[in-house]
Amino acid sequence: MNPLFLEFTLVLFGIALLMVEAFFPKLNKKIIFLMSMAALVCVLLLTWLPMLPLSMASASFYATDPLALFFKRFMLVMTMMTLLMSVYFIPNIQRGIPGERPGAGVGEFFILPIFACASLMWLVSSINFIMLFVSLECMTIVLYIAISYLRNDPRCLEAGTKYLILSALTTGFLVYGISWIFGVTATSSIAHLGKAIAMMPAESMPPLLFGVGLVLVAFCFKVAAFPFQFWLPDVYQGAPTPVTAFLSVASKSAGVVVLFRLLEQLYTVPILGGKILTLITLLAIMTLLFGNLAAIAQTNMKRLLAYSSIAHTGYVLMSLASIGAALALPAIGFYLVAYLVMTSLAFIVLIIVTNASGGDDIYHFQGLHTRSPFLAAAMAIACISLAGLPLSAGFVGKFLIFQVTFQQGHYGLLGVGTLSVVIGIYYYLKVIKVMYWQDPTPEALPINISSFTTLLMTLLMITIVILGIYPTPILMSLK
Amino acid sequence: MQLCLSIIIDPSFFTSFIMSPLLFLILVPLIAILLIMCGAPSRFMSLAATGLNVALGLFLFFHFDTRAGEWQYLQKISIVPQLGLNFTLGADGLSLIMLVLTTLVSFAAIWSTPKIEHSPALFYICLLFISTGLVGAFSSLDTFFLYSFHEIALIPVFIMIGIWGSGDRQKAAWKATLYLGAGSFIVLLGIIALYLAAPINLRSFDFRVMKELSQSNISHPASWIYLLLVVGLGTLVSLFPFHSWAPSTYSSAPAPTAMLHAGVLKKFGLYAFIRLALPIFPSAIAKFSTLLLLLLICNILYIGYVTMAQKRLDFTIAYSSVMHMGTIFLGLIAFNRLSISGAVLLMFGHGLSVAALFCLCAALYRRTNTLDYKDLGGLARLIPKISLLFGFGTMASIGLPGFTNFAGEMLIFFGTTAAVIINKGSLSFIIAMIAALWGVVISAIYMLRAYRNVFFGPLSNIQRWESIKDLTFFEYAPASMLFLFLLITGIFPRLIVNLIHTALP
Repeated sequence: MNPLFLEFTLVLFGIALLMVEAFFPKLNKKIIFLMSMAALVCVLLLTWLPMLPLSMASASFYATDPLALFFKRFMLVMTMMTLLMSVYFIPNIQRGIPGERPGAGVGEFFILPIFACASLMWLVSSINFIMLFVSLECMTIVLYIAISYLRNDPRCLEAGTKYLILSALTTGFLVYGISWIFGVTATSSIAHLGKAIAMMPAESMPPLLFGVGLVLVAFCFKVAAFPFQFWLPDVYQGAPTPVTAFLSVASKSAGVVVLFRLLEQLYTVPILGGKILTLITLLAIMTLLFGNLAAIAQTNMKRLLAYSSIAHTGYVLMSLASIGAALALPAIGFYLVAYLVMTSLAFIVLIIVTNASGGDDIYHFQGLHTRSPFLAAAMAIACISLAGLPLSAGFVGKFLIFQVTFQQGHYGLLGVGTLSVVIGIYYYLKVIKVMYWQDPTPEALPINISSFTTLLMTLLMITIVILGIYPTPILMSLK
Repeated sequence: MQLCLSIIIDPSFFTSFIMSPLLFLILVPLIAILLIMCGAPSRFMSLAATGLNVALGLFLFFHFDTRAGEWQYLQKISIVPQLGLNFTLGADGLSLIMLVLTTLVSFAAIWSTPKIEHSPALFYICLLFISTGLVGAFSSLDTFFLYSFHEIALIPVFIMIGIWGSGDRQKAAWKATLYLGAGSFIVLLGIIALYLAAPINLRSFDFRVMKELSQSNISHPASWIYLLLVVGLGTLVSLFPFHSWAPSTYSSAPAPTAMLHAGVLKKFGLYAFIRLALPIFPSAIAKFSTLLLLLLICNILYIGYVTMAQKRLDFTIAYSSVMHMGTIFLGLIAFNRLSISGAVLLMFGHGLSVAALFCLCAALYRRTNTLDYKDLGGLARLIPKISLLFGFGTMASIGLPGFTNFAGEMLIFFGTTAAVIINKGSLSFIIAMIAALWGVVISAIYMLRAYRNVFFGPLSNIQRWESIKDLTFFEYAPASMLFLFLLITGIFPRLIVNLIHTALP
C-alpha cells in the first residue's frame, strides 16, 4: 500500500472517534480508550505491509527509509503507552475539568494523542523544510491543548502558557531560518541540502550559517538541549502526567530524528560541517552537565524526571556528534527505544503512587517497598535502567553511544559523559534509597494494584531486561 | 513480537544452545530469587541454592581436565554479531578457582546470616543477586558480560548497606557506590578502547580474542588504555589512593555483605586485571612498573601503619584487607609465573580468611554490642569457640604456614626475587620486596594485638559479660567450613597451583 496512507488512516480513525464521542456522550469512556488503542494497533500492524514505491513528487518530501518506518512504529507504541497511562489518570481529569456531566473531557483525552501521533509520524518522514514545518506545527497545536488540559489547575495552565509562548517563539525562529536557507540555496529539500550548499557561491556562507543557526535553535528547543531547556521543568511538572511522558519521549525523539537528517547533510559540507560538529559537541557537553547537575537537587519526582530527560538528551547529542560511525544510527534508535520503555515504566509508577499518596514529591515514595513491593521493584528497575546499569536496556543504550563516540575520537565528550553517568547513578539511586531505606510516613497506606497493571508493568520490566541482554532486533531494524 | 520472530528466524540462537554447566551455576540462584519472590521460604531456598552451587562448583573444579585444552565448559550465544558481541561462558583454571571461592563464600555468608527483623526476603534476594553477579562475572569470557555481571553485584550492596547496615550507613553506602560506580565506568571505557584498538573486521569483546590479537601484533592498544584499567580496576580493588571507600563500607555493611564484598567482589578487580591487563600490556606493565610499585608500597606500608592505629576490631580487619591487596598487586606486577600463581593463591586464601573474620566479628558484635578494644578483653575464657576460630583467622591473615595465605605470600616473594633478577637488580622491585616482607611483620603486629586486646589479658568488665554465650552451630559451622578449605588448600597448594598453571602461558 501507499505509505502515505498510514498517517491518513490514523487521522481518519481519530476524526471518527471524535464523532463517536460527540454523538454518544453517554458511552463509557473505557470504550473510547479501547477503540483508540485498537486504531493504533491497527495502524501499527499496517506498517508491516509491503509498501508501494512513491511517485517522484511525493518522494521529494516524504521519506520511506528504515529510519522513518522505525520511528513511525516508535511513535505508535509511545502513543499506546500514553493512552495506557491516561487510564490511571482519569480521576485527575475528572477533577480538573468541571462539567455538567461526569466524565466530560475524558474521551477527548484518549483521542488527542492520536492526532499528535499522526503528525509525529509525518514529521519523522519529512525530508523537506515545508513539510517539516507543517507537521511540527500540527503536533505542537495538539500539545498546546493537551498540556493545559486540566483547566482547574493553575499549574497546568501555567505550563500550557509557557509552552505556548516559547513554542510560538521557536516556530518564528524556524520559519525565519528556513527562509534564509531557502534564500541562499534555492531549495527547501533537506535530503539535497548538502549538494545544494556545495554548489553555492562562497559569499553566501554567512547568511546560510545564520539560517542554519536559527533552525538548530528551534530543534534544540524541541529536544530541550542546553541552553534552550528552561521551559522544560515547569512544563513537565504542570502538564498532565501522561502528556509529560509523551512530551519527553515522542516529541523529543521526533526532534532527534529531524536533527539527525539535518546534521547528516550539514556534516558533509567542508568548512561548515566542522563548525557545526563543534557546536553540537559543545551543546552535548553543556546539556549533559546541566541536566545531571540540576537533577541532583530536585525534590519533586516529575521535576527529577524532567531534568533527567535533559540529561538523556545530552547522551543522544553525544551520538549525534558521532554520526560518522557505522553504528551511530542504531545506537540513537536503540537509546530512544530504551528510553521509551524505562520512562513509561517510571511514569506509570509515578501516576499510581501520586494517586495513592496525593502528591508527586520524592518523599511520597518513602518506604514504597513496604507499601507495595511490586511497585518499588518496578521503579527500582526503571531507575537502574535510567542510570545505565548493566543488563538493562539503558546500559546497552549508553554502551553503544559511548562506543560510537569513542570510535569518532571525541575524548573530551567521553570524559564528560563518564562524569554524568556517575552523577546519574547518584540521583537515580537516591530514588531507590527513598523507597527501600526509609520507612513510610505514618498516614501512608499500602497500595493495591490491579492484575492488569501488574501484567503491564511485568511486561515492561521484562522488556527492559531482554533488551539489555539481546538488543539485536532493534539494531537490525535500523541497519 | 519482533524479538520472538527474530529468535525463531535466527537459527544460530538455538544451535548455539548447548548448555554449559556454568549456566547452571548462574541460573540456580536466579531461580531461587524467582521462587522467593513468589513466596517460597527465603532462608531455606537461599541455602539450598548456594549449597547446590558449592557442590556444582567443587564438581567442576575436580572434573576439570588439566591436560585438555585451556578453556572448558564452553558455550556461546550470539548477541550482536555485527559488534562481535557474544554471551560466551567458559572456564579455565583461574576462573574455576574464583568460582569455587564465590560459591563457598556465598554459602557461608547465607548460612551465617542471623535472623533478619526487617524484610528478610529482600535481604536474601540481595545476597543471591550478589552471588549471581559474581558467578556470572567469573564465568563470562566476554568483557561486556564480565563487566555487566560485576555491576549486577554492586547494586544489592548499596541497598543492603542502606537498609541493614550499622553506624553511618547512608554515608558509607553512597561513598562505596559512587567510588565503585566511577571505577567500573572507567573500566568500561578501557574495555571499549581495547575493543576499538583491533582492526574493524576482527573486533570482538571476547578477552581471548583481544589477547590473541595483541599477542600476534594485529592490534596495538595504546598504553594509556592500561592506565585507564589501572585506575578503574584499582578503585575496585582499593589500591592506594583509591581505597578510602573500603573501610567505611566493610564496617557499616551487614556481615554477610561484607563477607561477600571483601571476600570475593573485591577480587573481581584483580581477576579482571589478570584477564585484561597482564596478557595484553606486557610492555606497558614494564613501563609503568615503578609508578604501580610506588602505589602498592603505599598500600602495604602506609595502610599497614594506619591499620595498626585502629581502635576497633572491624576497622582493623577492613584496613588489613586493603593492605593485603598491595601484596597481591605486587605478585601481578612482578609478572612471572611464580608471582602470578602466588597472587592467585593469596586471592583465594585472603577471600576465605577475610570472609571468616568478618563472620566471626559480627558474631562477636551480636554478643558484646561493641568492637572497641578498650571495652573488650579476656573474652577467651568466656567464649572459647569464637576465640579459637578467631585465632585461626588471625594466623591465616598473618600468613602462617599451613594456610593458603602462606603459600601465596611465599610464591609472591619468590616471584618478586625473580623479577629483581630479571630486571637486573631494579631498585624499585627491591624496595617493594622489602616493603612486602616488612608488611608481614606489620600484619603480625596488628592482628596479634587485636587478638590479644579482644580475647586475652584481664577481663575488662565481669558483670557486663556475665551472660555472654558462645557460638551456636549456625555461627561456627560456616566459619569452620571456610577454615577447613583454607587448611586443605594450604597444606596441598598443588590443588590450586596446578589449575592456575593451565591458565598461565
